[in-house]
Amino acid sequence: MIRALHRWPGLLAAALLIVLTLSGAALSVFPAAERLTAPQAETGLSVATLAARIQTAYPGVEQIRRSPSGQITAYWFLDGTPGAAVIDPATGAGVGSADPNQVERWLTNLHRSLFLGDGGRIAMALGAAAMLILSVSGSVLVARRAGGWRRWFAPLRGPLSGRLHVEIARVAVLGLALSSMTALWMSASTFDLLPITSSAPAFPNDVSGETGISITSIELLGQTPVAELRDLNFPYPGDATDVFTLKTDQGTGYLDQGTGAALGWTDLTGWENVSETIYMLHTGQGAAFLGILLGLMALGVPVLGVTGVLVWLAGRRSRPRIPGNLPAAKAETILLVGSEGGSTWGFAATLHQALRAAGQTVHVGPMSDFDLAHHAKAQRFVILAATYGDGDAPETAKGFLDRLKALGTAPAAPIAVLGFGDRSYPEYCGYAQRVAEMAKTRGWNMLLPFDTIDRQSPQDFARWGRLLGQALGINLELVHQPIVPPTEMLTLVSRRDYGAEMQAPTAILRFALPRVTLWQKLTGQGFARFEAGDLLGIVPEGSAIPRLYSLASDRRDGFVEIVVKRQPSGLCSAQLTQLAPGDTAKGYIRRNPGFKPGKGRAPLILIGAGTGIGPLAGFIRGNKRHRPIHLFFGMRHPQNDFLYGQDLADWQTEGRLTRLDTAVSRAANPSYVQDTLRAEGTEVARLIRDGARIMVCGGRGMATGVTDALADILKPMGLTPQALRAEGRYVEDVY
Amino acid sequence: MKSLLATLALTTALTLPGLAMARPVTLTTTMNSYGGDGAYLALYVTDSSGAYVGSLWMAGGKSKYYEHLSDWYRATAGDTAQVNGITGASVGAGRTLEITLDLADALFDAGYTLHIDAAVEDMRDSPNEIAVPLTTDGAGTSVTGRRYIADFTYDM
Repeated sequence: MIRALHRWPGLLAAALLIVLTLSGAALSVFPAAERLTAPQAETGLSVATLAARIQTAYPGVEQIRRSPSGQITAYWFLDGTPGAAVIDPATGAGVGSADPNQVERWLTNLHRSLFLGDGGRIAMALGAAAMLILSVSGSVLVARRAGGWRRWFAPLRGPLSGRLHVEIARVAVLGLALSSMTALWMSASTFDLLPITSSAPAFPNDVSGETGISITSIELLGQTPVAELRDLNFPYPGDATDVFTLKTDQGTGYLDQGTGAALGWTDLTGWENVSETIYMLHTGQGAAFLGILLGLMALGVPVLGVTGVLVWLAGRRSRPRIPGNLPAAKAETILLVGSEGGSTWGFAATLHQALRAAGQTVHVGPMSDFDLAHHAKAQRFVILAATYGDGDAPETAKGFLDRLKALGTAPAAPIAVLGFGDRSYPEYCGYAQRVAEMAKTRGWNMLLPFDTIDRQSPQDFARWGRLLGQALGINLELVHQPIVPPTEMLTLVSRRDYGAEMQAPTAILRFALPRVTLWQKLTGQGFARFEAGDLLGIVPEGSAIPRLYSLASDRRDGFVEIVVKRQPSGLCSAQLTQLAPGDTAKGYIRRNPGFKPGKGRAPLILIGAGTGIGPLAGFIRGNKRHRPIHLFFGMRHPQNDFLYGQDLADWQTEGRLTRLDTAVSRAANPSYVQDTLRAEGTEVARLIRDGARIMVCGGRGMATGVTDALADILKPMGLTPQALRAEGRYVEDVY
Repeated sequence: MKSLLATLALTTALTLPGLAMARPVTLTTTMNSYGGDGAYLALYVTDSSGAYVGSLWMAGGKSKYYEHLSDWYRATAGDTAQVNGITGASVGAGRTLEITLDLADALFDAGYTLHIDAAVEDMRDSPNEIAVPLTTDGAGTSVTGRRYIADFTYDM
């Protein structure tokens, strides 16, 4: 609902809003320029003195105006010819033209009415209303995405256009909301929709009938400082019934032209005060700095418009067409998709195609369409669900849990739940997990145990597909081809080999940095920016499916390094481990912001086994500030696969690594890294009390063992791995 | 303009539908190239003592700007009922406003004066831009305004 409230006004009003905000931003410059160039009155200068100076310079003066910037303009008649000038208050003489700036006038008319009169004014008012709706709905979306209002400025992940959209919006939204609200007020005022009554006092009937008082003798003008002046009108020459009219920040009054007596005064009404404040807040006239600030924020709107449309298009594109999708009532297998960005639809399409090829009747639909009454023939339900923000329902799954809760009895057809997520988030597959748990508590039979896909891994998906195939008694090979970003040719410069003796060939591969274009440098795309812990996607020959490897180097190291173990029947790892220096592979960078040591001096506990040492070695290599790092490393045999063995020793003497504890699994007394962790429990507990951050990289089995060991170590402190995870102090990169 | 006549008669005492007591008068106002946005113009009549009698036309639809037509505003206290039904668009620089009204015969040669107040956004207010006595002899005579009006005539 909120998303629709954001999408449609945004798409409909994008062009209008770009015109509105660009003209608004340009207009915001004028009050500041006027403030800087206008000659300012000396403090304490009275209106009487100023008016006398101007009268000396221009005896036919009729009107003196002071704009909120302090600029003073006088209008006069000399020998029947009208004249006007910007006045230097020190002398009363003209110093510049009072003609309106034609550029500003043009921009103002464009901004307020598109040169289309009242129709254009209404269009622009609707544009302002759209901007207000977009600001509010967008704020709710940002808060939801970040996982709460307090996390408004939480770091962002995801594709550039979406990130840029939120990055700009969360800074600019206050200004945009303010400008749109004030705009709506001003539109309402223009169309007489507000009960703003003027406060001018009734024109005096009784005047002295005398004329010619010296302006310096008028008491009220002597008492009024120029800083409060808005407008002083002189009596019409030769009309003894006319008076001086004085408007100030406080109100309006009349002065007798013969005696100088005050003939009536009214203060500004509350409505007028509010209206003028709003006018100031919108135009920046009288608040030039705020105006510039609002103008800068308005400049964000064209970018927001373009990135917003891109996000929308990407969402549409990523939702694939599903050929041969059966109606819900005719299918035996019901695939329900909970997708946020759209990538889960791609997996659903792959699964749909494979099931159809295996002779199944399949329907694919959003989880939000789930309704047992519509699934008459259903034999099984398969839920593919991503997670939004902090464990919330993704867009196409809204309301699913409520409907599940409302189910009287669970259907006989069993259910399988597959979660899609990113392990670097604390709430990994949180929503899918809640769905699975809820289904279980409703007594729904599980076709398969709850499972997850990390970072859209095609390998995870294929593995799960085989399990599903077994459960259905069919052969199911899921070949999912995610969209691969543009790749670069990487040339191998060196390799270090390990583990050959144990039939587990492992290599540290070092590639030369590929050439980076100026555009990539400016935008930080591709190989222009990467750190240890980010991922290198390698697309092997003869396959479109990339494999991801954790990077063991930083861009500043000057090379691209990964650790690869040859997998039995692994296509990509076989190709990589056979590369000779000078050979090339196709790769791209994928950021992994969740798996970073972060800034600060808090100790690091790095835990890894086998090739999992890669990113950890990268962190240690980059530890030039000698932050305390305690590394736990599990290997098979120190003679064979002690990856980075010599480097670790060197880094320890250089002070980049504080302590190294190893576990050897193929020794007389086999031990695993979690065993070493337990043995060092007291030290680990001490480090955690000092605020240590724990980073784990390696196989899934090891990670589970480490979590168990940590749970035991943390228990006496009243802590859990989950609590640390929620604080972001316990992160994993697991494969 | 004819369609307005009935309303005019109701709102002001100056225009009469009865053909015997009134005659069609064309008021032509041509603006000079003052270099600003559309001008607001208030056309109204005062009697021989200078007292406001009624309004003939208001060029400019946004009442929040009427206070800048300061003589008219003073005389009417900004009462928009005075120009109900006889309000049109503001008049751009260099453009001409031509209106035809059935004006009462009694207004002519009886000391009445036709005034025009003018105002332009971000430019000077020009009350009493034009003040011409309404006389049968004066019809067709061109008058120049103080600041914004290049040429004003009334024709019978």
